[in-house]
Amino acid sequence: MKQMDTIKNAHSKDEAPVSTGVLAVKVDDLTVAYNYKPVLWDIDLEIPEGVLMAIVGPNGAGKSTLIKAILGILKPIAGSVSIYGKPYHKQRSLVAYVPQKGSVDWDFPTTALDVVMMGTYGKLGWIKRPGVKEKKASLEALEKVGMLAFQSRQISQLSGGQQQRIFLARALVQDASIYFMDEPFQGVDATTEIAIINILKELRKAGKTVIVVHHDLQTVPEYFDWVTFLNVKKIATGPVMDIFNDDNLTKTYGINYKVSVQK
Amino acid sequence: MNSAQFEIQLIASLVAIACAIPGTFLVLRKMAMISDAISHSILPGIVVGFFITQDLNSPWLILLAAFTGVITVALVERIQKTGLVKEDTAIGLVFPALFSIGVIMIAKNANDVHLDVDAVLLGELAFAPFDRLTAGGTDIGPKSLWVIGTILTITIGLLIAFFKELKVSTFDPGLSASLGFSPLVIHYGLMTVSSVTTVGAFDAVGAILVVALMIAPAACAYLLTTDLKKMLGLAVFFGVFSAISGYWMAHWLDASIAGSITTMLGVVFLLIYLFAPSKGLIAVMYRDKQQRIEVSLLTFLLHLKNHSEVRERHVNHLNEHINWQKVKSETVLDLALKNNMILINQNIVSLTAKGDEFTSQAIDYIITNEDAQIEDMKEDFFLFRG
Repeated sequence: MKQMDTIKNAHSKDEAPVSTGVLAVKVDDLTVAYNYKPVLWDIDLEIPEGVLMAIVGPNGAGKSTLIKAILGILKPIAGSVSIYGKPYHKQRSLVAYVPQKGSVDWDFPTTALDVVMMGTYGKLGWIKRPGVKEKKASLEALEKVGMLAFQSRQISQLSGGQQQRIFLARALVQDASIYFMDEPFQGVDATTEIAIINILKELRKAGKTVIVVHHDLQTVPEYFDWVTFLNVKKIATGPVMDIFNDDNLTKTYGINYKVSVQK
Repeated sequence: MNSAQFEIQLIASLVAIACAIPGTFLVLRKMAMISDAISHSILPGIVVGFFITQDLNSPWLILLAAFTGVITVALVERIQKTGLVKEDTAIGLVFPALFSIGVIMIAKNANDVHLDVDAVLLGELAFAPFDRLTAGGTDIGPKSLWVIGTILTITIGLLIAFFKELKVSTFDPGLSASLGFSPLVIHYGLMTVSSVTTVGAFDAVGAILVVALMIAPAACAYLLTTDLKKMLGLAVFFGVFSAISGYWMAHWLDASIAGSITTMLGVVFLLIYLFAPSKGLIAVMYRDKQQRIEVSLLTFLLHLKNHSEVRERHVNHLNEHINWQKVKSETVLDLALKNNMILINQNIVSLTAKGDEFTSQAIDYIITNEDAQIEDMKEDFFLFRG
């Protein structure tokens, strides 16, 4: 019974969004195209500071593209993005990014600790090298995700869940205000998923804004307090309690969607 | 060893180092073929540069030719970006076109210029000591030594300054871009260094064999280490080793120096490919064999755990029952005995406490696939590695 309570607490939504009225991210009229074929059409999006937000939508809806365009990795053909009121390239130090695990070569000759240290490069800037301070911060981040024992392990020798934790540690070490994560739960075991979501909730508690591309609709109400429905165009955005319903799901996924939302 | 011999080996070694550094990053970025493209397409650049400067070692010629290399990369990307052809096709389209322009230019002007295709493609290291640089009337060494020495110094300087940027943009271009280290800038920086090195080295080893010096040492190092700095160090070592041993091979065989160096690179790679401790072919085959035995061992232990009847646990019965050949049964029995996992009493096999615990843990591991509880067992058993 006691164990049941713990599990329930871990998933409860009792922490209401810490809304400060400040906008962490503002996207205006954003259109992104690959070879002149738009994959994101005229997106307007306001993400308040302090939310834990899921971006959901079918495959090819442009979820990863939206994150990449916000971070300046892809160049939009129209529209603008601001992070706390300023363009992204002036606010880099406020933002941390976790790409999809599959986007990198895990056979690259490097260790877990070294990958985490890469998170410190942004604040160092060009040429300057990481030192004792950066190493200490990286070790702390590894400890937070429960991977301290694996610090000198070659990254190909880690399981999928461990690799995802390393990526998370790398984002933590960036010590940002806004965290963007592209499918952090893809291919990880249940234990890792819970460990990751607990860290994300901690970040939110500390006043950070966390934006996650998410696939598993069943867990949206448990994990997140804010949600954006996306399918090339923005369908809806707002608090999970208000807008996570069959109507929006149907509009986004195009089929008659029924998800029993446990409230 | 006379001074010309020493100079040739020194030039070859410096070329090897200058090639190994960008080569390591090309291999890690899966762009080995780009070095092949660059090495061919710099030909028109060299020819035009030679028309203008009349000197194969002129810095202007090097920059002009290197620029052709960078244009090649840009053209390949431009064509690939249209989505009409794939990258390898784009490479295959661009460099023969540029190369053939160079060949025609040489042929049309063969009477006027002292430059032939063979010299550009194959290099002539043996002649390098004859073309000397003088300063204020005194001889200060072969020109190509100064050329490659300068290129190498710049390359090492750039590597030290931008090591972290090269690493992060090679491993994770997305993160690199979000941190403000433009992968495009770093990419073209690396391409420029590769092109300049190729041009600077073609005189010594020939434009084509430069490819071998860029790719083979890095490929050798990749099989031996899991640390980027060590990989660079090993690539440099294998490059220099092949350069010097190749030189002496050419000396004894009275053959082409560049050809012998490249042959040595091939031999070194073959040896490492076969005998590298963990990624080598033999190590992989041995590990596969061990894994097969260990899976059999586990099957066997599980059988013992599931059957308490004496009949099921008789040594002879195991042969028929699990349907193994005799050799395999013996290997498995030996392995289990050696690890104190079973007891054999009057041909009846039973699990020891240790064997029992091992079996439960192993099954748990296979079912849950959780690493934590099995960490200490990994050292003894291949089965649980990777």
